[in-house]
Amino acid sequence: MDIMSSLGDGFLIALTWQNLGLAVLGCFLGTIMGALPGLGPSNGVAILIPLAFTLGLGATPSLILLTSVYYGAMYGGRISSILLGIPGDEPAMMTVLDGHPMAKAGRAGEALSLSGVASFVGAFLATWGLIFLAPQLVKFALLFGPAEYFALFALAFATLGGVSSTNQAKSAFAAMLGLGLAVVGVDTQTGVPRLTFGEVHLYDGLDFLVAIVGLFALSEVFIFLEHRHGEADADSKKIEVGRLTPSWAMLKYCTPTMLRTSVLGFVAGVLPGAGASLGSFISYSMEKKLVDKKGTFGTGDPRGVAAPEAGNNAAAGGALVPMLSLGVPGSGTTAVLLAVLLALNITPGPLLFQNNPDVVWGLIAALFIANIMLLLMNIPMVGLFTRVLMIPPRILMPIVAMVSFVGIYGISGSSFDLLVMIAFGVGGWVLRKLDVPLVPIILGTLLGNTMENNLRRAVTISNGDYMTLIDSPLSIGLWTVAIVGFILPIFVGKLVKGRMRARRDAEGSTSD
Amino acid sequence: MSDRIFGAFGLLLALFYAWATLQIEESFLSDEVGPKTFPLVIAVILGLSSAVIALRPDENPVWPPLSRLAEIGAAVVVMILYAEFLPEVGFVIATALAAAYLTWRLGTRPLQSLLVGVCTSVGIYVIFHLVLGLSLARGPLGF
Repeated sequence: MDIMSSLGDGFLIALTWQNLGLAVLGCFLGTIMGALPGLGPSNGVAILIPLAFTLGLGATPSLILLTSVYYGAMYGGRISSILLGIPGDEPAMMTVLDGHPMAKAGRAGEALSLSGVASFVGAFLATWGLIFLAPQLVKFALLFGPAEYFALFALAFATLGGVSSTNQAKSAFAAMLGLGLAVVGVDTQTGVPRLTFGEVHLYDGLDFLVAIVGLFALSEVFIFLEHRHGEADADSKKIEVGRLTPSWAMLKYCTPTMLRTSVLGFVAGVLPGAGASLGSFISYSMEKKLVDKKGTFGTGDPRGVAAPEAGNNAAAGGALVPMLSLGVPGSGTTAVLLAVLLALNITPGPLLFQNNPDVVWGLIAALFIANIMLLLMNIPMVGLFTRVLMIPPRILMPIVAMVSFVGIYGISGSSFDLLVMIAFGVGGWVLRKLDVPLVPIILGTLLGNTMENNLRRAVTISNGDYMTLIDSPLSIGLWTVAIVGFILPIFVGKLVKGRMRARRDAEGSTSD
Repeated sequence: MSDRIFGAFGLLLALFYAWATLQIEESFLSDEVGPKTFPLVIAVILGLSSAVIALRPDENPVWPPLSRLAEIGAAVVVMILYAEFLPEVGFVIATALAAAYLTWRLGTRPLQSLLVGVCTSVGIYVIFHLVLGLSLARGPLGF
């Protein structure tokens, strides 16, 4: 059992006091961020990245901190869904449907603890899935040459917009915007400056961390300024939490649902471009079709709480598979995590498993630990988290803005980067108004250079013959999937997205 | 209508991008592809997608009224001033002012927002600088 011994090594790495402390901190902060409407996993992680850097943490500890935040936010999203009927983040929107009615019926405590258990089951199974699937994908990825990688990146961009946008032209626009920004700076192969317009600050290229924090965190502040909903929605509604433990009978009743939706959510997470929102959506829809014989879904059926929560947490784990093994993230938050890896000078992909096994397995072990911590934290301490919801956004949002500024300034110490971040914040706000997805922009700035290098390497190897890009069956296959993945959502995507839209509040949030 | 303007803007952006790419001076030592090909491909796809956006626009988003836009504009100005003056006046003062402004504009009473601003600033200073040891901008007063 090769995998088991690697996992054991991983636990040795993760079980130091520092790492455990970081995991506790990350889980706690993550749950709070997930619970607060307006802050989700992607902007939560984005705000904390600069912090991880300026603290001078090594690769494994920073990843442990940030993935704990990621998993924590996935758990936390359900709290405001259930108590307030407002999703804390996009993946938690399906939980509103049955969770909020349960809370109104005085069963909020049960709904919270049941969804905590469901989140645990989903995330736990998905982590096992990650352990077994990622190494297989790595073996496959070792067959890739530069041409195949180029095709793989194209595939990632073509499919990423798929579900997150109704308009494929807009997701293509976003991807190109991101790639275009990545080009800025001195060309690594020939040393000529490109698109810098003589500005010395741009020679190193745009720092993608600046872009991420601006697009995700700062644009949220502008959204709040626009609507000026500075008051917490929690003030008026007082909800009885009730008993905090689910009965065994209820757990048993929901177990088949949790198992099925965990598997489904995991698969949705692994597929590029789907992510946790889709995971929870199809989990809920499938369970409704499968077990809702009496039409109780939507009126406070516990299975309707368990299904989306297991689904979205499983998807969160699943999205880590392509990110770690191929270097191509499956969702917005994993794109942000990819930024962390790149900034730490670690290239994800098949070589990560060979060169930095300590990072990979330490991370996986940390996921298990974080998961157990989250379960322990989320059942008895849920009362504490519900109190956090009382902080009004009018106080919270300035803190978010200031922490973003501190983080970016801490990395570079230059006002120029702050100005660039503000520009990204405003741009992000406009693009969100126009319904242009932000995730492809981030992915473009992250992967742009690698994508171009692979293109140039492939063509150089074949002495300038561009046909080499579609030479092998593997790359032809990848291109086919890319094209189908781009065209199909034009017909199918509207349907799915329309249904998802119809069911949730107009509450704006960056996709997971 | 918004999308038509957006698409037109995207087209201009693509043209500008292509023009800027063509200005790149190639070095005599270049690989087969060169530094221009990739950005040119980007410009083409950018232009195509902008054209599609302009020709087949989505529904108009709900734009905020002018007063709200001015609000956002003012916040942007405050942030820019913050970025410019941060190294000069030091972290604590700049942050307290900027945070107080934002809380005020989000609907806190003036005096209370000053208090919130100071608390935010000092809180961040204590946690990030004194506890975590992050180097923040140091003003003439030493903080």
